Parts: sequence; structure tokens; C-alpha cells
Amino acid sequence: MRNAYISALYDIAKRNKQVMSLNADIGAIVFDKFKSDFPDRFVNVGVAEQNMIGIAAGLASCGKIPFTYTITPFITARTYEQIRVDVCLQNSNVKIVGVGAGLVYSTLGPTHHAIEDIAIMKTLPNMKIVSPADPIESKMATYAIAEIKGPVYFRIGTAGEPKIYDENYEFTFGKGVELKHGDDVTLIATGSIVYDTLMAAKELELKGISTRVINIHTIKPLDKDIILKAARETGAIITIEEHNLEGGVGSSIASVILEESESQIKFKRIGLNDIFCSYYGTHQELKTHSGIAKEDIIREVINLIKLKDKQVK
Amino acid sequence: MELEEIAKNIRKKIFLMSYRAGSGHIAPSFSCVEILVALYFKILNIDKNNLNDENRDRFILSKGHASSALYSILAKKDIIEEKLLDTFCQKDGILGAHPEAHSIPGIEVSTGSLGHGLSFGSGIALAGKIDNKNYKVFVLLSDGECQEGSVWEAAAFASHHKLDNLVAVVDYNMLQSLGKTNEILSLEPFNDRWKAFGWGVKEVDGHNISKIIENLASLPYTNNKPSVLIAHTVKGKGISFMENVPLWHYRIPNNREEIEIALKELGLDRKEFEEALK
Repeated sequence: MRNAYISALYDIAKRNKQVMSLNADIGAIVFDKFKSDFPDRFVNVGVAEQNMIGIAAGLASCGKIPFTYTITPFITARTYEQIRVDVCLQNSNVKIVGVGAGLVYSTLGPTHHAIEDIAIMKTLPNMKIVSPADPIESKMATYAIAEIKGPVYFRIGTAGEPKIYDENYEFTFGKGVELKHGDDVTLIATGSIVYDTLMAAKELELKGISTRVINIHTIKPLDKDIILKAARETGAIITIEEHNLEGGVGSSIASVILEESESQIKFKRIGLNDIFCSYYGTHQELKTHSGIAKEDIIREVINLIKLKDKQVK
Repeated sequence: MELEEIAKNIRKKIFLMSYRAGSGHIAPSFSCVEILVALYFKILNIDKNNLNDENRDRFILSKGHASSALYSILAKKDIIEEKLLDTFCQKDGILGAHPEAHSIPGIEVSTGSLGHGLSFGSGIALAGKIDNKNYKVFVLLSDGECQEGSVWEAAAFASHHKLDNLVAVVDYNMLQSLGKTNEILSLEPFNDRWKAFGWGVKEVDGHNISKIIENLASLPYTNNKPSVLIAHTVKGKGISFMENVPLWHYRIPNNREEIEIALKELGLDRKEFEEALK
């Protein structure tokens, strides 16, 4: 996803001279082409993230379109108040790009995991949040957010995510994507864990459970229609995210359903249960350890279906 | 009107609007009156009829709590309507105790949280360099604000990128909310700190308008370096019982004796005072 973002950004910068990349000393090699072709428009601010956001807001006030980039916790939590005051309060045209969504920096430990970024970014007025599921979506979403005037938090993975989309995919900001139709239960996921969700859905089909899968790539504003439709048509929803449950996308979806759905539905969130993940290994191993792997999804679906059936009887 | 006379009037306005509102920071505003008068009447290239001119100089009140001083100046410059000052901190008004950019003409940046202005200003200065503009960016900082680490991130960035179109003015009144800066978290050696960060540095009596103008007339102080003017000021300058007394950082006079002294020292007569409060 990272390389897809960078190559799309390069392409956008080639056509729009106002586009800049601001980095806080992250992005070795991958930014070299951008840096050498647009030397005036690539600024490595050093290890000074708060300053990077303030500078970006200043640049934006002069018509520049700065894309700020570093590892997620450092660009969301470390800089939170700069994002709040300099970017969101003033509706500055600054893009906040956090690399390393969820637990993908698995061996780097909890300082580098992104497990509360959605919660803290979504609470800011004027902020929009986009969380692509694979490299193609990352690329298409980069083009889309460059067109949005105002703050956007873009939550991307690193490298090697499996493909979900082909090159013909058209990204529409604010619109969830039904990746698989189904009638018994709906799985709504965001980020690279959409792939694990799809794999779980395929296995569930073999067990005779008709499973709908929705990729909610835009977390704010949320596509209420696709959620309410799924609630109405399947009566059971499970949300899956690589993020703490508290304040995650599942909590946003729960709010929509509770406030606006007229259907009686069964609901479950899958995510990190109020923990830091002090565990090392591969990305997959951390997901398993944290209870958010494919097997966990399958188990929760089966449990929820049982509850749903009980309710019907 | 003489600039000193304008400064005197600005203090009256600050006092009246804060008293009326029962809110605002009188002492920190009084501290920077002469700095703002010098900037807005002699230094800044801002056209009130074209506030969005991309070649305009920018002014950022990083010590946003001195908003009443800035609003009074903007009114004096006809950038905002004078009668707006009566709505300071009040229902349906747009002038808060900290300035907001999107709603108030002439306010470039919303401030109020300390340690943001110099980064924001560095971004504007960098854009000016990229686009070959001749504007300058002036950022007014408080001394207590310079305890924020982000100020020094910006200071390092500005000198590294040779932002000689960036000018910081520090309202160095040596007092912060709860006491003396030297006793709470010393900034000394202040001049050397800025020098060590690669800035050109000058110091001035921050209540001497002509000296301030003299020190801001020729910039940058050193080629290829950002400039900082350390303005030695007195917090609360203009009302004797407020001067150098930390308690008055955020406090409005409320007893008869205080008001009598304030009116007398500001040159406001009782009738004028009562008239203004109607």
C-alpha cells in the first residue's frame, strides 16, 4: 500500500505543482524518485512531527497541498494538538498519511502499532478518514483524497498486502463496497484485514452460512446506507478491524445501527480488546495472538448465527 | 496621530472591552501594545482592501491570549469595524479571548494554544521561498510560550532552511501565568539560545515604538538567517498595580479602588468609562 501511495502521489505531483510531500525522517529509498524530481516539494523536516504539521498548515494557507507522512502513532498521537488546532480547526488542506496501519509493524512493538488512531482522528471536526484495503485501493484513494479540499487522515499499510481489487477498480470516497453478497450475516471490515475477512467468508460459505462482506474504506464520513441495508437484509453484523474496539470503526457502525436501524439485529465487534500488543512475530502471528485472525472471525460468525436463530425461534 | 497616542488609545480599548466582557487577558495584552503598533503602523505590508493578497506580509499572534490588543489594532486600521470591539467575548460575537482565523478579517491563523505559531509561520515562509515571493512573516511569541518544545523544533527548521523572510518577536516580560519565568523554567541565556539555533538576534525596549520600528526596518539581521527581536517588556504595562504582578495574567479589576486607579492611569475619565459600558 505504501508504494502504491507514493507512486500515485508522484503522479499527482507531476500534474499539480502545489502538491508537496513532507516527511518526518521516514521513507528511505521509496521517496527517492519524488525527492530527485521535485526537490523543492519534498521536505524531510527531521524527527519533529509536531513542527511538520504546523509547517504543513502554513503551506496550505498559501495554496500548497502538503501530504505529511510518517509512522502512524507519530503522525496522529504525537501531533494530535497540531492536527486539532492548525489543521482541523482551520480546515486546512493538509493530508495526514500514517504508514503502518494496525499491527503491521509487528516486530517493532507497541510504540509502532496503530491501534487507537482511528478513534482519535475521527473525533476531530472537519477530519475525513480513509483506510484502504489493498494496494490498488491505496493508489485510487490517493487520487481521491488529493481532490478533497480539507483535512484527510489516510491510514495505509506497508508492503505485501494481498490484492483484493483489479486495476479496473473505481474508488468512490464515502461509499462502502460490497465485495461479496450474502444473506445470513454481514461482515464489515476496513484496512488490510478486509482480506482475512473475505477468506473467512469463503470458509463460512462452505459451512452453509451465506456471508456478505463490506469494505468500509471511508471511515468518516461513514456510508450509512450500505450499513443500514445490510442490517435490514441480513439481520446480523460483525465488524472487523485492526484497532482497539474502543472508538474504532465498529463503534461508529454500532452508533449508526442503534440510532437509525429499524431492524432488530445481532451485532458483534472484532478488534483489540483494550490492550497494547506486547507480542512479537509476524503480522499474522500478532493478529492471531490478539484475537483478530480469520479463525476468530469464523468463530464469532458461528456464535452470532446461533444467537440470531435463537431469536427467530 | 502620534504612534504613542495610538498606543495609549489601544490600552483604553483593551481595558474597556475586557472590563465589559469580564474576560480576556489585560496584562499580557498591555505588554505587547507598542510591538503591535510598530508592526501594524510602520512595518507590515497589509492592504485592508485586499486582505488575501498573496504578496501580503503575514502576522501571527502566537500568544493568542493577547487577542484584545490585536482586535483593537485591527479596528484602528479599519480592518474590522470598531463597534465589533463591544462584542468581545460576548453572545453572538466573533471576537473571542483567542482569535479565530476563519471568522475574523485580518486574522491569519487561529491561535490560543501556545507553541503553534512559529511552525505555522515557518510553513508560510517556506511557501514564500518556493514561490519566490517577497513577503515577510512576523510571529509574536510570549516568553512563557518559548517553554514549549515545538517552538524550538520550528526554530531549528527555520534556520536550517534559511528562512530569512521569517521574523519572530518575543514579548519578553519575564512573567508567565503563575510567576517569574526565571523561577518557573528559565529561558536564559535567551539571546544565546536563539543564536545557537542559527537565528540573527536583536534586543530592544519593547515599549519604545521608534526603537522597535528601527529594529524591524532592516531585515534580516543576518543574511540567510531568520531574525528574532527580543522585546523587553513589562507585563501589565500601563496600570501600575498590574505591572509585573503574575496574578493579573488573567484577571479583570473588580473593586472601586482598582477601577479608579486604572481609569486615571489609562487617561479614561469616569464619564467615558460609563458611556462605553452602556
